[in-house]
Amino acid sequence: MHQSTPLQLFLAEVGQIARFAGKFLLQWFKPRYEFAEFIRQCFIIGYQSLPLVGLTGFIMGLVLTLQLRPSMVDYGVESQLPAIVGIAIVREIGPVITALIFAGKIGSRIGAELGSMKVTEQIDAMEVSGTNPFKYLVVTRVLAAICMLPVLAILSDAISLYGAYLGVNIKGSTSFRLFWMLVVDNLAFNDVLPAFIKTFFFGFAVGVIGCYKGYNSKKGTEGVGQSANSAVVISSVVIFIIDLLAVQITDFLGFN
Amino acid sequence: MQQESVMTIAHLYKSFGNNHVLIDFNLNLFKGENVVVLGRSGSGKSVLIKCIIGLLKPDKGDIVVFNESIGKMGEVELDKVRARVGFLFQSNALYDSMTVRQNLEFPLRRHWLAVTQDAVNKMVMEALEDVGLAHTIEMMPVELSGGMRKRIALARTLILKPDIILYDEPTTGLDSITGNEIISLMIDIQKKYNTSALIISHDMNCVRRASDRVVVLYEGTCYAAGTYADLLLNEDPKVKQFFEQAIK
Repeated sequence: MHQSTPLQLFLAEVGQIARFAGKFLLQWFKPRYEFAEFIRQCFIIGYQSLPLVGLTGFIMGLVLTLQLRPSMVDYGVESQLPAIVGIAIVREIGPVITALIFAGKIGSRIGAELGSMKVTEQIDAMEVSGTNPFKYLVVTRVLAAICMLPVLAILSDAISLYGAYLGVNIKGSTSFRLFWMLVVDNLAFNDVLPAFIKTFFFGFAVGVIGCYKGYNSKKGTEGVGQSANSAVVISSVVIFIIDLLAVQITDFLGFN
Repeated sequence: MQQESVMTIAHLYKSFGNNHVLIDFNLNLFKGENVVVLGRSGSGKSVLIKCIIGLLKPDKGDIVVFNESIGKMGEVELDKVRARVGFLFQSNALYDSMTVRQNLEFPLRRHWLAVTQDAVNKMVMEALEDVGLAHTIEMMPVELSGGMRKRIALARTLILKPDIILYDEPTTGLDSITGNEIISLMIDIQKKYNTSALIISHDMNCVRRASDRVVVLYEGTCYAAGTYADLLLNEDPKVKQFFEQAIK
């Protein structure tokens, strides 16, 4: 019997995910609209992720500042610390770290939840109950992920900058007003917009991959664990790939 | 008097790759009748029931429910039929994230969009009282025992007042006492609502008590059919293997 090579399996998986994403794009604007479920998912995916995203963002800002400070002092540009940290957080670290945390928390949750629903026939039961399970389960979750990740990234950026402000003041003394002025004065539209736009794509990737892995879960409870795990791993890799592409595109469009 | 047929399965074929699960399967279900499809594990019983409800698409053949062919239906027509055909899943398939009330409300709201909250509450309570579990209304599925979950799943199936109920291994995973209670409940429901039922099972106690007619599914075909008493006397070794244990 013909056995597929790892490359063939990988390409087949990529193709399946692309088809799944295509099905989402075709289905999301067609009625019936599952508005109540979408709002519920926004609450779960967005609001309930805020404490974790906020905490990691705060630590990230604080640590980044403390790590950068010695080098900045060596070069005699300590006063530019808020500007450098601000650019690093808003352009790159904030969106990417938030997306990775989001992939870990939400990607695994969606993968495990849908996987468990699949193996216990809950998805079939939904279909029998006159519900399109793809719209009810997948479209709502992916849309919620697309909408909530940018919001979380903005909040995470703000909390990170506050962490950075505290980091600056551990070994120095800068007023919040001055810190904020240095951050904002050195941030341009070109820094904020591409970073903001790519978070929509990160959300889309986490939502689609989490749903795909859960929706196609096999092998009983073992499969549920695998779905959750692979949803996080694949989402994380895809986040970096999107980030790489985003840099190239923004470069090409002259945003850098 | 000629009986009214509510479901006809004609020349049904279904394969998964080289595994031919159903081969020219034929069956008639009449109004108010309980038919048990008896077969060994992996013989295609669940595939059959999933083809009937439209969860699987047959390769060939026709399934006619209430004089309409399932295969020719679009999504909207299929949903209308599904509102009249209840399905009790082997694993119960209760929604983990919903309370018992929400589990029962779900199919109601999906199929009958204009129904009022008062009517919903009344129907939920009625369905729960039918299975004797009205007190569990605000509980989560995880808080219920296996038997209770089966009863709640049955209540969810009943809530739309279906004309046909499809039972997929209703007593699997239950102890004999709870299994007997579920079978009694199935019989009571048939009497109360005059439903027709297609019961997939390999539990001979269920076959004996719940069936008006038994169909033996063997190697994808309808191998033998008759009442339980008829098949008990059948000398064919393939039929006999199912009933030997019951005789003992």
